[in-house]
Parts: sequence; C-alpha cells; structure tokens
Amino acid sequence: MNINVNGKKVTLEKEINIKELLILQKVEMPDYVTVQINEELIDQEKFDLTTLKDNDAVEFLYFMGGGCIESMG
Amino acid sequence: MSFSNDQLERYSRHIILKEIGAKGQKKLLNGKVLIIGTGGLGAPAAMYLAAAGVGTIGLVDNDAVDLSNLQRQIIHQTKDVGKPKVISGAETINEMNPDVKVVTYQEWVSASNILDIIRDKDYDFIIDGTDNFPAKFLINDACVLSKKPFSHGGIIRFQGQTMTYLPGNGPCYRCVFLDPPPADAVPTCRQAGVLGVMGGIIGTIQATEALKYILGIGELLNGYLLTFNALTMEFRKVKLPVNTNCKVCSDKATMKELIDYEQAACDMKPSSQA
Repeated sequence: MNINVNGKKVTLEKEINIKELLILQKVEMPDYVTVQINEELIDQEKFDLTTLKDNDAVEFLYFMGGGCIESMG
Repeated sequence: MSFSNDQLERYSRHIILKEIGAKGQKKLLNGKVLIIGTGGLGAPAAMYLAAAGVGTIGLVDNDAVDLSNLQRQIIHQTKDVGKPKVISGAETINEMNPDVKVVTYQEWVSASNILDIIRDKDYDFIIDGTDNFPAKFLINDACVLSKKPFSHGGIIRFQGQTMTYLPGNGPCYRCVFLDPPPADAVPTCRQAGVLGVMGGIIGTIQATEALKYILGIGELLNGYLLTFNALTMEFRKVKLPVNTNCKVCSDKATMKELIDYEQAACDMKPSSQA
C-alpha cells in the first residue's frame, strides 16, 4: 500500500503503525515529533495503536527552535 | 496625518500598490510590532519592517553582539561586537528610516515581564525571533492570554518553519507542539549549525505576515505550518487543525498563568536570539 509522508509517496510492504513508521523513516528523536494523519493530530500514546491505511497523508511536524545559542558568557 | 514629500517618495512603491495605497501606508506608519529576539530571525524582520515604515518597532533582547552572530544577524555589524543587541539594532533602524520609533527592552522575556512588555505600547503584532522552546512557549501563551496575534519562526541547519497565530482564528503553537521538549532533547543551532540565510528567509516571511496583518490584506499563515528546506528548495504549507484539548487556547484550557520552563543545560539564558 501507498501512503504519503510529508508530501512524498512511501510504499509499505505490510501494515504498520505510526511508531514503526517513525523507525522506518529514520526520524530523529521520534519522541518529540508531532504526527498528523489526514489533518488530524494523533496522541503520542496512540502511536503504536494507530495503523496506517492506504492513501493516508501523514505529516511529521518537528520542533524547530531556531537559533543559535551563542557563547554562554 | 499627511505625508511629507520625502515620505511620498520613500514609500512610493508601496503607495502605488492598490492593496496598500496612501491609506495602507498610513496604517503601517501607525503600526506597532514587537520583535522578541534580535538575532537570525529578528534582525531581517526588524530591518524590513523598518524599511516598510512600520512606525513603532519594539526590540527585546538582553544579549550583546558576538562575532559568531554576524554570519546571519544582519542588523548588527562588525563595529557592534560587544554592544547590546537592542542598541545596535536601534542604531541600524534609525539610520535606515527616521520615521520609525524604536523602543528597546534590554531584558530576557519571562513570565514576570512579557505581558508588561506587550502591553507597554499595546503592540499590534508580535514576532517570535527567539531560539529556545521555553521562550517560544512563553510567547505563545502570553499572546493567547492577551489575545495578540503573533508569528512563530524556527530555523535549524537548512530547514525552517513558521506559523501565525490569530486569536480565535485557528490553532496556536501549543495546539501543535503541546509542551516544550525536555532540555537538551532537541538540538540547537549551536550544536547543529544553521545556514545563515535561513533566518533571512523565515524572518522575512514573519515580517510579511506582520505587514499583511496591519494592512488587513491577503491570507495569513493561521491554521498552517509553512516549512522550508533549503537543500531541496521545497516549501510546504501543512494544514493544522485546532486542538480541542489545547491547554491554553481551547474551551478546555487549564492554563491561566504563564510558565517559565527550564532551559537546556547548554543554554542558560532565559531567552536568546535565533
């Protein structure tokens, strides 16, 4: 089946859940990623219970603090 | 208020736009924007807003200019190294455009001062140009609680993101990101690096949102997260739902007071600049 991850088509060999997708996609720090499926926010506690379906549009939204923390002095 | 000949000439490329005109330019000259953090994001935002003739610009930062800032924080120059950033920023703006009144706040934002700073000039729009999550959540919560629109911006490596919060009209930053990540969990630019232009790209989009808000034109980034990847040159506009369980902006909101979150160990400053 095919899903869409951050706008890119991803083909899945078998049915997987969000937690497995985060590993498959090699997402850095998967504990701190906001996940949306078909424009709906998914609770982090439900990542391993939420199975992806054909044509799902998945968005991984990352923390981006900006900046460059300068010298500490 | 009528325009001087110099002003008619200075703002002629704005005035000729039917979406702005003389009326819109007057709105800008009466506009008040608060920029929190005068670094990678805040520097270009402040400069474009000053050039556009936004009449009052507030700058908040307690840092001094460092040589390593100059790769991206274009409001500061080599001669300014060591100078408080708000002073250096104010000097640049004053040289750019005498129509702009700069208000400086040489302090870090915290739960105890941010509402007073926002209320000081009753700013129309706030730009988050900070580099750390405690400050980003504080700005979000302060804007939600005081019903002020603001633009979030974030940059790291070759990536950037921005969204706009409009009170009662779409999600806030906390709807999407819930709580700050634990200190040290997410890399900072100091650890990860950032391409200097990223602040220019995202900070200039934040300035664009401020201008459109003051002018009342176009569509803003409320309800969307705009992401940019400089390596692939891809912009994406991701639709964001309102989080009906949001701690600060939903009907079920439990947060009535601001929180000072703990900083990453490598970042002892309450609020710094991108």
